[in-house]
Amino acid sequence: MRARAAIAAKTLRTDRWWLAPLITVVGLSAWVIYATVRVFMHDFYWVADYHYLTPFYSPCVTERCVEGASHFGSFLPGWWIIPDAALTLPFLLLFRLTCYYYRKAYYRSFWLSPPACAVPDGHDSYSGETRFPLLGQNLHRYFFYAAAIISLINTWDAIYAFHSPEGFGFGLGNVILLVNVVMLWAYTISCHSCRHIIGGRLKHFSKHPVRYKAWTAVSWLNVRHMQLAWITLGTLAFTDFYVMAIAANWFNDLRFIN
Amino acid sequence: MGTDPQQAAGKPAAKRQFRIWRGDETGGDLQDYTVEVNEGEVVLDVIHRLQATEAPDLACRWNCKAGKCGSCSMEINGKPRLGCMTRMSTFEEAETVTVTPLRTFPVIRDLVTDVSFNYEKARETPAFAPPADVAPGDYRMQQIDVERSQEFRKCIECFLCQNVCHVIRDHDENKPAFSGPRFFIRASELDMHPLDTRTDRKEYAQSEMGLGFCNITKCCTEVCPEHIKITDNGIIPMKERVVDRRYDPLVWLGNKIFRRGQVPQTSATSGHSSGAVTSGAAHGGVHSHAGGSHDSGAERQAQQGVNWQREVPHPTAPAVDSSGKLPLTELTFDRAAAPSPFGDDVEFPLPAEHLNFAHPQQDEPKH
Repeated sequence: MRARAAIAAKTLRTDRWWLAPLITVVGLSAWVIYATVRVFMHDFYWVADYHYLTPFYSPCVTERCVEGASHFGSFLPGWWIIPDAALTLPFLLLFRLTCYYYRKAYYRSFWLSPPACAVPDGHDSYSGETRFPLLGQNLHRYFFYAAAIISLINTWDAIYAFHSPEGFGFGLGNVILLVNVVMLWAYTISCHSCRHIIGGRLKHFSKHPVRYKAWTAVSWLNVRHMQLAWITLGTLAFTDFYVMAIAANWFNDLRFIN
Repeated sequence: MGTDPQQAAGKPAAKRQFRIWRGDETGGDLQDYTVEVNEGEVVLDVIHRLQATEAPDLACRWNCKAGKCGSCSMEINGKPRLGCMTRMSTFEEAETVTVTPLRTFPVIRDLVTDVSFNYEKARETPAFAPPADVAPGDYRMQQIDVERSQEFRKCIECFLCQNVCHVIRDHDENKPAFSGPRFFIRASELDMHPLDTRTDRKEYAQSEMGLGFCNITKCCTEVCPEHIKITDNGIIPMKERVVDRRYDPLVWLGNKIFRRGQVPQTSATSGHSSGAVTSGAAHGGVHSHAGGSHDSGAERQAQQGVNWQREVPHPTAPAVDSSGKLPLTELTFDRAAAPSPFGDDVEFPLPAEHLNFAHPQQDEPKH
């Protein structure tokens, strides 16, 4: 067995290869901290006048939930440790945790395996996704199915929010909720598992013209999966913040109709 | 290189700093060179200039100088690149350019590495398996069906993806179990191919090629000089196909209800663990390239035009090494020049009377 070239430097890259993983660590950490604080705040998630419900509490299923926010009933105990959207949040978290884009992002930036291309792995041994627990990444498809159902619930929230004390209403909050839902759908549909289920698994596109068209459309979105992953983190946090601000009366919603 | 550089380029030639790894398997180090660089040149040009001037013994593999042969793979400023496709204009004037051999493979000398690993993995990958009842030449398929496979056919086998993949770059011990991105797209190419009949490619990719080792950090896609979307279009679809077979409840239910996708037991699913597989082209006694047939009907038909089923006698077997296979390179074989995979008694071009095509007027006297 011949030996590799004896090159002393661990990497000879001269560009700022550490910048992208650094931004990822900062961005993801900031989001996770914000989301954790909000989920355990158990307050300021519902604007009764306009029916605004933040996606972090949808659907609200604990005894603590205010009326209106809980369209599926409130059957879980109101301990502070239980998130009010305990049915949906775990699945959304797992959907993103097993997402092919986020996997790339955190394997590189948090796990340093590898931190950047042609930069050495931060670990002595490596078995990849061949054994437990990382073998579980193959469950991504289940979480995609769950995320698609949750997107339906979020869509209902956005439609239900066209409301005011006088009946129909429309304000800036509605625009924010709608944009968030559209982006969530785009992120969910652009998922690699979705692309596979829609048409990628076929061997003969010519026998399935409709699925081929759908696959082409999903492929177009799939190229943008990374951008959509970050955009939806932004829209989720912003939507939640806006609803919190209105619910806490920090400022008033800009109303266009009623 | 014979022309005056000042004439050939718009700007006068400038001296630039290079650091090149010189050595062999016993050791080596980075050596400094100051070398002339002209406008429009690439790194490989500069290496050729060094060979022509102060370092005539500098070893470097190259061939087409057009990014199509995949020979001049090297690491330039730490990044796996093709020497012939890396323009000198992408570096700052004062920047020192560091050139090293591929790290993942054993070094032979200077910038030349032994990439046999890849040829071994290629040999282990099951070949294209067309339907048994369709003769070569009668293959028909639609463009949209074969499009996805065609993307992977752009591969020039420069092995930059194999080199950058941290699974083997940083963990040499994974080499026996891991085939690498180049062969994952080969597996995808064949699994997506409309005329491929093997049904065990997914299981094979997971259990024998080490698809599970990939953690989709996408460096293979980043370095691919042909811009093949290795991860998004090859590896992830293959991972999803494995999920289909192994983990998806809805697919399982659908298969139960519609009785489709009955999986026959295969070498990959039946628990055998040898890395190598027998060739997919076990055609029995037919060789389509040489000799006359013993079947008089087929012989008559051949005289009328094309007959792909024309039976022709076997040529002698190709020369193989101690493992019973064609040697990977001349370096590891006991004869001069590469052995013919067709058998040593077959000559090219084939004699016209031994072809499967006969011109209707071939027996008439020529003018």
